[in-house]
Amino acid sequence: MSKNVNTGEYFITGDVACAEGALAAGCGFFGGYPITPATEVAEHIAARLPDLGGVYIQLEDEIAAIASVLGASWAGVKSMTATSGPGFSLMMENIGLGICTETPCVIVNIQRAGPSTGLPTLGAQGDMMQARWGSHGHYEIIALSPSSPQEIFYQTIEAFNLSEKYRLPVLIMSDEAIGHISERVIIPKARDIKLISRIKPKGKKNYFKPYQPEGHLGIPPMADIGEGYNLHITGLTHDHKGYPDMTPEGQEEMVNRLIKKIKDNRDDIIRTEDYRMDDAEIVIVSYGVSARSSLAAVDIARAQGIKAGLFRLITVWPFSELRIKELAKKIRGFVTVELNLGQIHLEVERAAGGNAPAFLVGHHGGTVISPETIVEALKNNF
Amino acid sequence: MRLWRVPFDTNEIEVSKGIIHIIEDRCKGCGFCIEFCPREVLEFSDNFNIKGYYPPKVVKPDACVNCHYCEIICPEFAIYSIEDINHAVNSKNQKQDIN
Amino acid sequence: MKNSSLSNKHPLDELIRTDRIPHIWCPGCGVGTVFSSFLIALRESGIDLKNTVVVSGIGCSGRAAGYVKLDSFHTTHGRAIPFATGIKLANPDLNVIVFSGDGDLFAIGGNHFIHAARRNVDLTVICVNNFTYGMTGGQAAATTPSMAKTTTTPKGNSESPFNLPHLAYASGATYVARWTMLHARDLTEAIKEAILKRGFSFIEALAPCPTGYGRRNKEQPLQTLKIYQEKAIIKNGANPAEADIDFNKGIILGKFIDIKKPTWLDTYNSIYRPQDNSDIIDAA
Repeated sequence: MSKNVNTGEYFITGDVACAEGALAAGCGFFGGYPITPATEVAEHIAARLPDLGGVYIQLEDEIAAIASVLGASWAGVKSMTATSGPGFSLMMENIGLGICTETPCVIVNIQRAGPSTGLPTLGAQGDMMQARWGSHGHYEIIALSPSSPQEIFYQTIEAFNLSEKYRLPVLIMSDEAIGHISERVIIPKARDIKLISRIKPKGKKNYFKPYQPEGHLGIPPMADIGEGYNLHITGLTHDHKGYPDMTPEGQEEMVNRLIKKIKDNRDDIIRTEDYRMDDAEIVIVSYGVSARSSLAAVDIARAQGIKAGLFRLITVWPFSELRIKELAKKIRGFVTVELNLGQIHLEVERAAGGNAPAFLVGHHGGTVISPETIVEALKNNF
Repeated sequence: MRLWRVPFDTNEIEVSKGIIHIIEDRCKGCGFCIEFCPREVLEFSDNFNIKGYYPPKVVKPDACVNCHYCEIICPEFAIYSIEDINHAVNSKNQKQDIN
Repeated sequence: MKNSSLSNKHPLDELIRTDRIPHIWCPGCGVGTVFSSFLIALRESGIDLKNTVVVSGIGCSGRAAGYVKLDSFHTTHGRAIPFATGIKLANPDLNVIVFSGDGDLFAIGGNHFIHAARRNVDLTVICVNNFTYGMTGGQAAATTPSMAKTTTTPKGNSESPFNLPHLAYASGATYVARWTMLHARDLTEAIKEAILKRGFSFIEALAPCPTGYGRRNKEQPLQTLKIYQEKAIIKNGANPAEADIDFNKGIILGKFIDIKKPTWLDTYNSIYRPQDNSDIIDAA
């Protein structure tokens, strides 16, 4: 048994399952800062990581936490941090650095209700658009949203795999309910966990260009510090050599490349789940904790003769816009269920393009949405 | 080099001699090397370089003792000296200078 | 023979990305000299340059990372130190050097500086202090002398500047020195010592910013250097508390602090894995 994979059956919280997922993925550096309701991720890692040869350090703030994570990743170690809304806000600039410098790492946001300090101990899903657009400039991001402790375990591994494969910070947009709920989690054997690592450069070191796209995915191979490549890595707009290029053409080339590597590989990245969707006339779109209420709502609605189905977003960003577009042509309408007042809802509405009406069952946060509220909305709107 | 007192071992000391090389087109004309050369070897050139700055020129080549100060203070990597192995100057030859 | 050894190749060219020269620093700017001292110190220190990484923040001095031909990172404003901390702790075999400016390290990045010093992370931090924000055109900084004129203090700076060596010492740094770029040899020697020092080491290098600072305070670059020459009081071992920069009284230069303390990683390893001091797993 691999020391880092705690194979077995457990009754643990989502936060602890997230930490175990990170360790199973080979995380060797965690830059932390305490914040409710994400603290337990850091606590569990702090206890377990030293024995695995890794390092947990608690930084002076979340800005330092994410900056250290980026640095550690370039030193060749899988790295992560976990936070909640206020810390996530502080991390935004350096998430942009991670995007621009194509640095693999994982950032977990156990969402709580905002704005500002909001409701520290109560959940929400209000940071979904911040996850998409929170750092300045135009870019693409990958964000996953787990609906159970078991799923956050696997998603944390998946997040590391995606970050190493596509070379960017990958976000896990969980919420307080999933972070704090205790459920059965099965941790598989190490050999049953598939891990992906960054592609290493080949060929002459002198001619290596750190941002030259390669392979069918168009991802540049990544050299780590100390491997003799004399890397120059900057958050300035840069060319394939990594050197600053202060021209509109250079900007276009770089930003297009950062966007294309995600957009062109959407089919490989996006994971969704259908529940009773085959003959569904009303499609509930949901994710995270809200998808659990939605699942129950589908069964209740079906029992009452309403042909409802659940389209669950496991990957929230990039958004499943083609699927929504396709569904819009054949169904009666969408209901998006989320713990905010319409963030993904607006995406659904946009992708539906007027071919099907889109309604929101939202909440300001601080509670979860009950299945009954959702069923009520189905009845009222259709 | 004017010394207040002549050290006992003056006659045995070999003062190195340097050859200065100026990469003129790198120069931005700050004049640090000219102003702070301990042997006053350099002056501003009369001609400007490719960037429009006046680089230094060597006016007292024999005075250079290869101390490398110009090399280290130059912010542009535009000047350096190497030891002139054929012209190592015994300090005896500089006696008049010392006094 | 001797003439053929003279060429357009500078002795430091092997450490510079010559394809990026000329650099952006203005005529009369002191960053280039500090950078040059740093490169000489790197070469003379004898450390393995393949395992050496330079991290900068944002600003004029922050551009140094873009000119050094080693693994080098130009990060976000103020965050070079935590970025470097991540590198060092993830791979302790690396020599990690932060080269940045006063605005970057001590205003926006001040919190990171004091905490890295407190933890004694094994980093070398070189701060080019030009008393202003040069890149943005000469605004008041945390180091701007009282009453000095900047674009944001048009009638004079109403605030007091940090005494950086004192701040570094009080925060826990194990090596603290201050020189000016005019004292290039001492500066080089200090940087060399700092690089070889195990622990958090800090060098403050005073340097002119003729465009941003000098113009508004009636100082030509050469005049600034003459002030450095005339006002320098070299006092190794001086109490950092008395090292306030006062151009009237004189500026105290020298090596102030050189002490031994276990580094962050030494202590972490001894507490959390006393039986094996193995390096971090190579997870990637």
